[in-house]
Amino acid sequence: MLGGIYALLGIGLTLIFGIMRVVNFTHGELYSFGAYMMFMFVMLLHLDFFLSLVLATALGVALGAVIEFVLLRRLRGADIDTTMLVMIGAWIAMQNVEQLIWSGVAKSITSPFPSAPLVLGGISVAWSRLFVFAVALLLIAGTYALVDRTRIGRAMRATFQDGDTARLMGVDIDTTYLATFALGSGLAAAAGALLGPVFVVTPGMGDLAALKAFAIVILGGLGSILGATIGGFLLAFIEELGAGYLSSGYRDAMGFALIILVLLMRPTGLISRKDRIG
Amino acid sequence: MRRLAILALLALLLSVPLWVGNFYVLHVLIVTGIFTIAAMSLNLLLGYTGQLSLGHAVFFGIGAYVSALVSLGFAVHLAPDWLVTLDPQPVWLAMLCAVAIAGLCGWAIGRVSFKVRGAYFVIVTISFAEVARLVALNWDELTQGPMALNNIPPLAVSLPGLDEFDFIGKVPNYYLVLVAAILAYVVIARLVHSRAGRAMIALKENEPLASSVGIEVTRYLVLAAVVSAAIAGAAGALYAHYIQIVDPNVFMFLYTVTMVIMVVAGGKGTLAGPIVGGLIFGLLPEVLRSFAIRPEVQWVAYGVLMILIVYLLPNGIVPAVASLWNRAGRADAPAAPTTGSSPGRIVP
Repeated sequence: MLGGIYALLGIGLTLIFGIMRVVNFTHGELYSFGAYMMFMFVMLLHLDFFLSLVLATALGVALGAVIEFVLLRRLRGADIDTTMLVMIGAWIAMQNVEQLIWSGVAKSITSPFPSAPLVLGGISVAWSRLFVFAVALLLIAGTYALVDRTRIGRAMRATFQDGDTARLMGVDIDTTYLATFALGSGLAAAAGALLGPVFVVTPGMGDLAALKAFAIVILGGLGSILGATIGGFLLAFIEELGAGYLSSGYRDAMGFALIILVLLMRPTGLISRKDRIG
Repeated sequence: MRRLAILALLALLLSVPLWVGNFYVLHVLIVTGIFTIAAMSLNLLLGYTGQLSLGHAVFFGIGAYVSALVSLGFAVHLAPDWLVTLDPQPVWLAMLCAVAIAGLCGWAIGRVSFKVRGAYFVIVTISFAEVARLVALNWDELTQGPMALNNIPPLAVSLPGLDEFDFIGKVPNYYLVLVAAILAYVVIARLVHSRAGRAMIALKENEPLASSVGIEVTRYLVLAAVVSAAIAGAAGALYAHYIQIVDPNVFMFLYTVTMVIMVVAGGKGTLAGPIVGGLIFGLLPEVLRSFAIRPEVQWVAYGVLMILIVYLLPNGIVPAVASLWNRAGRADAPAAPTTGSSPGRIVP
């Protein structure tokens, strides 16, 4: 189940990273934003669980579009460090706005699934986790379809390969960037909205999620959706192994140790593209 | 003129404890000074070699932990039946160890990280910081984990013929930090103006070109990383012995971000930049605290300010002021007589 969530986060980030050359530090905030929206809709407004999920994701898309429009649009052509600093500033501001609104106390969301697990031949799986996994897979498949089959997806792929040439060929770069950032943000918000009901929601939950998403992007190689998918599942798997054999305290360190190892051995990621920044 | 300004600034800094009676203000100044030293060391990497390291808190944290551990002594099992123990050592020795080990870590991390550039480099450096934080959190036997290392002794110096002098209290620590900051400034200034420093700047401007004229890229980058890490380690050691408690939070990303803001706001690649930025962003939270009701609001202001600085002053405060200064000088120039030695052109 975590693999699916990690893959969602990684795909969102790798799209933004690969196409826009923006290291998106607000990614983790979009993730916690999704979770908080879920909390607001389900627990405060008492809306339907599934409707809330859709709404939270849609708001994530909208917030992503706003960030792109307000902050990043005027930074076209700025170097990667400059945009990175702006995103760090946005990240700090967003996290503290969240803390201000929702306070630091962890929130929990009740999910509509039966608490008795589904038992399948000796393996028992919680229904809520099964649901998260299924939706995550669905969203991943949807992203593939969007990027591979639609017009805007083709524009994204063209921009990824060569932004200037794509513009010369008549691709509207602004729209493509907007769509990319909104899509990536929506995926992050969906990941948060899915995972919020399983765990608890806190303002700082996005930090570790964002760092793990970076690990996944590095693992999978820049701009590779397939790489991010595999990377997400791989990271979840390695974390479990590490927690089992080393110590559960080092679970979260696995991802970072992995980044360092991968960059030592294969700086372009496991599934390498020709492209490499810098 | 320039020399006079520096002397005036030094006199001002030296006399601070004489006219600032408030210990809280002095405390804020000391902490600001420590972070300014760290920002100066980051500037060497970020401003002069152009590598954005977002794991700089690693070196700060390692300096703090090493210095604390050496001065407290420790006993740790490296293997089930291999116990390594160290008796408490004098603090000055501990601080030297901190500088040396931080420098060593700078060398090791530099060797690994400089294989990649740009966004990848940034993420590798973040990863190192996060691994360090998790190790500090989980290696209870050595670091006490989240319990933190307590009762770290302050620096004590015994000069021949004098009584032992303890750096306890605000005033001695203020001078200690001030001296360390001046030392760090001199080291960085010497390095930057040397052949190695010019090589670093060449790397920032155009790496392929620099390497094509025979500058050994990795060697100079690693050199910058070692010096930078050692100074950050010294800042961490000062912090440990001043605050007297070290917990795994010293590795937090937020500390690195604070240093980056100081450097970028002040002006990366200028010697004065991190000092100006350090003073502004070290004191700003205190100023905001007196206005804002909640710490969250302060942080929101911090983040927004950071964005605004990038938009409005992309090169930082010091270069902006310098160019204003120059423009004022040039505006005067036509009025001056243009014959002979042309006094209007004295302003660089």
